[in-house]
Amino acid sequence: MTDKIRIATTSLAGCFGCHMSILDIDERIIDLVELVEFNRSPITDIKDVTDCDVGIIEGAVANSENVEVLRDFRKQCKTLVAIGACALNGGIPAMRNQFSLEECIEESYINGIGLDQPRIPDDAELPMLLNQVHPVHEVVKVDYFLPGCPPPADMIWQLLTDLLQGREPSFKQEQINYD
Amino acid sequence: MTKITIDPVTRVEGHGKITLIQDDDRKITQARLHIAEFRGFEKFIQGRPYWEVPVLVQRLCGICPVSHHLAAAKASDMLIGVEQLTPTAEKMRRLMHFGQLLQSHALHFFHLSSPDLLFGYDDEPRHRNIVGVIQDYPELAKQGVLMRKYGQRVIEKTAGKRIHGTGAIPGGINKNLSPAERDELSQDIEQMVEWGQSAVELCKKIFYEQREFFEQFATIDSNLLSLVQPNGALELYDGKLRARAADNQIIFDQQDNRNYLDLVNEHVESWSYMKFPFIKDLGWEQGWYRVGPLARINNCDAIDTPLAEQQRQEFIALTPGRPVPYTLAFHWARLIELLHCAEAIRELLPDPDLQGNDLLQSGELQPVGIGIIEAPRGTLFHHYEIDEQGLIQRANLIVSTTNNNQAMNESIRQVADQYLKGQELTEPLLNQLEVAVRAYDPCLSCATHALGQMPLEVELIDTHGELIDSRSKTAMHDC
Ligand code: SF4
Repeated sequence: MTDKIRIATTSLAGCFGCHMSILDIDERIIDLVELVEFNRSPITDIKDVTDCDVGIIEGAVANSENVEVLRDFRKQCKTLVAIGACALNGGIPAMRNQFSLEECIEESYINGIGLDQPRIPDDAELPMLLNQVHPVHEVVKVDYFLPGCPPPADMIWQLLTDLLQGREPSFKQEQINYD
Repeated sequence: MTKITIDPVTRVEGHGKITLIQDDDRKITQARLHIAEFRGFEKFIQGRPYWEVPVLVQRLCGICPVSHHLAAAKASDMLIGVEQLTPTAEKMRRLMHFGQLLQSHALHFFHLSSPDLLFGYDDEPRHRNIVGVIQDYPELAKQGVLMRKYGQRVIEKTAGKRIHGTGAIPGGINKNLSPAERDELSQDIEQMVEWGQSAVELCKKIFYEQREFFEQFATIDSNLLSLVQPNGALELYDGKLRARAADNQIIFDQQDNRNYLDLVNEHVESWSYMKFPFIKDLGWEQGWYRVGPLARINNCDAIDTPLAEQQRQEFIALTPGRPVPYTLAFHWARLIELLHCAEAIRELLPDPDLQGNDLLQSGELQPVGIGIIEAPRGTLFHHYEIDEQGLIQRANLIVSTTNNNQAMNESIRQVADQYLKGQELTEPLLNQLEVAVRAYDPCLSCATHALGQMPLEVELIDTHGELIDSRSKTAMHDC
C-alpha cells in the first residue's frame, strides 16, 4: 500500500468537467487504482491533502478558500498539474472580470428575476470573493499545464502514465487537436 | 457552545460545507448546508449573442452539461420562434438526454454513494470510496464504470463530444446518428438494460434489509415538483409542470413552462449563495419542495417503458395513497430512472428518424426564451431575454440542486436532531449528515473550502511577489 503513488485532486472555481474527464478514462480506472492511492479528492472522504506525489488542479481562483486550498496543494504535492481552461487562464469564471464584483452580486441577488425579499448573502461562513478571477499560475508555481475544456481523457491518461513512470510527459502531434 | 464544520462535504459533485452548532448540553441548535458557489453568470452573460448560450452555459456544470446544453437550446428555440423541432432533431436531443441521465445516475450510485450503502456510513473513511468498491466488489464496480461509459458514448455520438458538446443548436441539432454509430450503440444496449435491472434489485435488497433505518433516516415530508407528460406519465425532456403536496393533493398541474414565474419564486438567505425556491402561492416557509428522482417517480402516474413501470409500482406501494417521503429512497428512485433510460435508448435506437437529414427549423426572433427540462437532479429552468440584435439583456437560471436547497437543510436538521443530539460528534456520526446530503445527489459544482478560520483579509500575491488582488471582510457575524 505504502509504495503506491499518491494523487490528490481538487476543483477550485471550475465546473467539475475536468474531473469528469478524468473519470472518462473508463475501465482504465480499475488499473489505475492498482498503481495509485487517492488522497484528498472529491471521490474520497479525505478532507485535507497530505504529502502527495501528484496534485491535480481544476478550476480558477475566485475566492479566499480557493487560494488556501491551492497553496495547501502546492505545499503538499511534489508535482502540481493544472488542467483545463479555467485553471490555465481563468476560463468561463473569468468572464466576470469585465464587470465589478458588486455588479455581478447585485444582478444575482438584488435585481434578479423572481426574487422574494432580495438581499446579498454576507454570512461569515461564506468565503470572501476576490475582485477578479485568476488563473492558478498567478498564485503558485505550476509544474505542468494541460489545456482543454476539458482535456480529453486520453490526454489525461497519457499525462498520468508518463508521470507515474517517471517520464517527462509528451504527446503525439495527432493527440493535440481538440477544443 | 461549539461549532463543528464538515468541510468540504465529500463524494458529492461540487463543494459545500456543513456547520453545526452544539450548545453546552450537546443539543444541536443549528445545522446548515452552505454553498459558496458564486459565478455571476446572470451578469456576465449580458451582451452575449443568444446562440452562444447552449455552449457557454453548460460550463456551469461538467457533470450534467447536457442538461444545461439542452435547457439553453430549448430556450433559444423559443427565442428564434421555433415551436416544433423536426422529428430528427427532437429524437437526437432525447437520445442525448437519456444518455446523460444514464451516465449521471450510474456515476452517483456506483462512484459516489454505493460505499455508504455497501459498507455502512461508519466504515473507515480511507476505505469508504469507489476504490474500496473496486477492491471488494470488482464485478459490481466494473458494471458501474461501464454503464457510465455507455451513457458517455451516447452523448459523444449525439453531441459530438463527451463533455461540453455542441450538438444542440437553436432550432434543432447539427448532426444525425450515422448507421455505424447506431450499430455500435445497439451492440451493448441489452447488457445495459440487464445491468440496470440488477442495480435496482441490489438497491431494493439493501433497502429491505435495513428497512426501519431507511424509512426514518433524514425522512421529511415535502411538496414535490416535476415535469409530466399530458397524460401524467414520467417526462424528462419536455412536458408540463406538476406540483404535489406531501398529503398527495395536487397543487398545480399541466402548467405551461412560460408561466413558471407565476408558480415559483426564490428566497435569499444570508448564509448561502444558493437561493431557496418555493411555490409562490404557498409562500417561502411552506412552499419549499423537492425535485429529482424521488419527486419524479412519486409525482408521475406511469412510466412508459415496461420494466421501469413494474419497478415504479413496487416503489409507490411502499406508502399507499401518499408519496414516498423517505430521503434514502432517492437512491431507489434514481435507479428506476436509470433502468427507464436504458429501456428508452433501446426503443429509440432503431428509429429511422435518427438518420434523417432535416435537422433545423427557423422562425422570427422573440424577446423571451424559457427552457425547462428534467436534469438528472431535477427540474432545471433557463430563462433569457434578448434585444433586437439578439444580444442577451437578462437571464435567470434555477438549477436542479437549488430547488432542493431547503429540503437538504431540512434533512440534515432531521439527522442532527435524531442521531447527533447529546453525542460526542465522531467522524462516523458526522458522515451521516453527508449521507443525507448525498441522497439528493447535489451538484454544488464550484468553489471549494479549506478547514479552519475564515481569514478576515485576503491578499493575493503572485508568483513574482506582486500584489494582484486584495479583499477584506467588514461585516463578520459571531456565532
Ligand atoms: S476547463 Fe472547462 S471542463 Fe474544466 S472546469 Fe473549466 S469549464 Fe469545466
